[in-house]
Amino acid sequence: MKIRESNSRKIFVIFNYIFLGILALSCILPLINLFAISFSSRAMVDANAVRFWPKDFSTAAYEYILGNRQYYQSFAMTILRVVVGWFVNLSLTILVAYPLSKDDPRIFRCRRLYTWFFLITMCFSGGLIPTYLVVSKVNLVNSFWALILPEAVPMFCVLIMMNFFKGLPKVIEEAALVDGANWFVTMWKVYIPLSKASLATVSLFVIVNHWNAWFDGLIYMNMPEKYPLMTYLQSIVLKFDITKITSEMLMRNPNLLEVTGRGIKGALILLCTLPILLVYPFLQKYFVTGVVMGSVKE
Amino acid sequence: MKEKKRSAWFKRELPFHLMLFPAVILTFIFKYIPFTGITMAFEQYTPLKGLFEQKWVGLDNFIYLFSLPGFSSVILNTLYIAVLKLTGNLVFPVIVALLINEIRAKRYKKTVQTVLYLPHFISWAALAGIFIDILSPSGGIVNQILQMFGMNPVFFLGDAKIFPYTIVLTDVWKELGWGTIVYLAAISGIDPTYYEAAKIDGAGRFKQILHVTVPGIIPIILLMMVLSIGNVLQAGFEQVFNLYSAQVYSTGDIIDTFVYRIGMIESRFDLATAVGLFKSIISFILIILGYKLADKVAGYKVF
Repeated sequence: MKIRESNSRKIFVIFNYIFLGILALSCILPLINLFAISFSSRAMVDANAVRFWPKDFSTAAYEYILGNRQYYQSFAMTILRVVVGWFVNLSLTILVAYPLSKDDPRIFRCRRLYTWFFLITMCFSGGLIPTYLVVSKVNLVNSFWALILPEAVPMFCVLIMMNFFKGLPKVIEEAALVDGANWFVTMWKVYIPLSKASLATVSLFVIVNHWNAWFDGLIYMNMPEKYPLMTYLQSIVLKFDITKITSEMLMRNPNLLEVTGRGIKGALILLCTLPILLVYPFLQKYFVTGVVMGSVKE
Repeated sequence: MKEKKRSAWFKRELPFHLMLFPAVILTFIFKYIPFTGITMAFEQYTPLKGLFEQKWVGLDNFIYLFSLPGFSSVILNTLYIAVLKLTGNLVFPVIVALLINEIRAKRYKKTVQTVLYLPHFISWAALAGIFIDILSPSGGIVNQILQMFGMNPVFFLGDAKIFPYTIVLTDVWKELGWGTIVYLAAISGIDPTYYEAAKIDGAGRFKQILHVTVPGIIPIILLMMVLSIGNVLQAGFEQVFNLYSAQVYSTGDIIDTFVYRIGMIESRFDLATAVGLFKSIISFILIILGYKLADKVAGYKVF
C-alpha cells in the first residue's frame, strides 16, 4: 500500500535538499573562488572581476611559488614530520593503550596509577611559556624533533585504541598466553593484526594533525628554511610583500609581472591543502568510526 | 615465600612497565616538568638571573594583571566567544544531522556529508587566508555578493563590533560537518520499532522526528553539552591569532592571544605564566566537573 505524502512534507523535502545543497556548496565555493583568483591575470584580480572561474588565464602565481626554494624545503619538512610523527605517534599509542586496556587488576596492578598519570595531562597543562622553556632547555629549539617529541603521546588516540582493545574478547589473550606467548608477543601477533581498523583511524588523525600543524613550527623554528609547510603558509598569508619579486626574477620569467598578492596566497593555500582534500573522502569510514568510538560508549 | 611471590609478580608485569616506559619519559619531560615552570607566575622574572634566583612576589603578578584596564575585556571576550561557539557547535550540528537524516537519496546524502566534512580538514593557517580574502571589504567575494543585493560592504574582520560573530560563525561553519558525525551515528542507533509504533499511532514524519528521533538523541546531546563545559575558556587561539588585528583587540583579544603577545613577543614570562596558570586552573576545575556530570548524566567514563 502506497502511503501518500502530504503536500507540506513534499515542500519540506524540496527545501531540505536545497538547503543542504547550499550548505554543501558553501564549503567548496570559497576554495573555488581562490582557485580562480590564483589562475587569473593581475588586471582581472585587481579589478575584482574574478568569481568562480579564472579570467585571463595565467599561471604566474604558481610559477612564483614553485620557483621558490622555500616551498620545497617546507614541503620536505612537512613530509618528514608526517612520516616520522606517524610512526612515533602510532607506536606510542599502541604501547600505552595496550597495558592500560588490561582492566583485570590481577594482571597489571599499577594500571590505575599509570592511567591517572596520563589522564592528568589531558586536564591540566603547564602553559605555553613553561613548555617552550622546557623545549629550549633540552636543546630542541630549531630542531626537527621539537615538532615530534613534545606531543609524542596523542591522548585522544590512546583513548580510542584503549577502548578498542578493551572490546576484544579476553579469550584470545588467554589462548595466546596458554600457548606460551608473553605480553609482547601477544600484543604484536594477536592484538595488532585484529586492530587494523583502529590503527587506520589513529593513523588518519595523526597524519592530518601533523600535516596541518603550524604553531609549533612558528615558535620552535628560528630559520624560515626549517618551517614546515603550514608555518610557511601562515607567514606568507599574514605578510606577503609583492616587492619581494626582484627585477632579476622578472627578467628570467616575465610572466611574473602578472603576480598578485591575492593570487600567491590563493595558490599557496591550494597547494598546501590539496593533498589532504584529495585523500580524506576515501577514508571517511575510518574517521567516522573513530569519532564515534571516542565519544560514545556502549 | 613472599620473596618468590614478589619477583614472580614483577616478572609478570615487567613487560607492561617496559611498554609504557618511553611514553612515561616523554610525558614526564614535556608535560610534567613544565608544571614546575608555574612558579614563574609568582616571581618577578628577569632573564638575566638563573631559574632559581628569581624574586618571589607572591600574588603581585595577578594583582597587577587584574588591574590592567584591558585585562577584564580579555577574559570577557574569551568567555563570550567560547560560550557562543559551544552553543553554536552544539545546536547547529544537531539540526543539520536531523535534516541529513531525512534525505532518502543515498548518493546525495553521502555527497553532502563528504563535502560538509571538508572545512574540518583545512588548518586555520590556510582557512584564515581564505577568509581574509573572501571577507575583504574591498575585493572579497562575500562583500561583492552583498553589494549585488544593494548592501554596504561589511568589515567582517576589521570592525570590532562584528569580529566576535565572524569568529563564531566561521568556526561553526568549519566544524559543522564533523559535528554531525556523532549525532548521525546516534540517530541510526535508534530502534526502528519505535518509529513503527509511532506510525501505528498515526504519527506523520514530523511527529515521528519530534517524538522518537529527538528523544532518542537527547542522551548524546546532553553528553556533548556536559563534556564541552571544560572548554569554556577555549576561544580558539589558532583561529583568532590568524584573523585578528590590533583594531579588534577590544572584542577579539582572548586569553591565549594575550598570553602569546605578553610571553613570546614582550618576553614577560612571569605575567604570561600567571595568566596561563589562571586559565589552566579554571579549565581544570571545569573539565573535572564536566567528566563528573558526564558520568552522572550518561554513564560516560573517560577511562
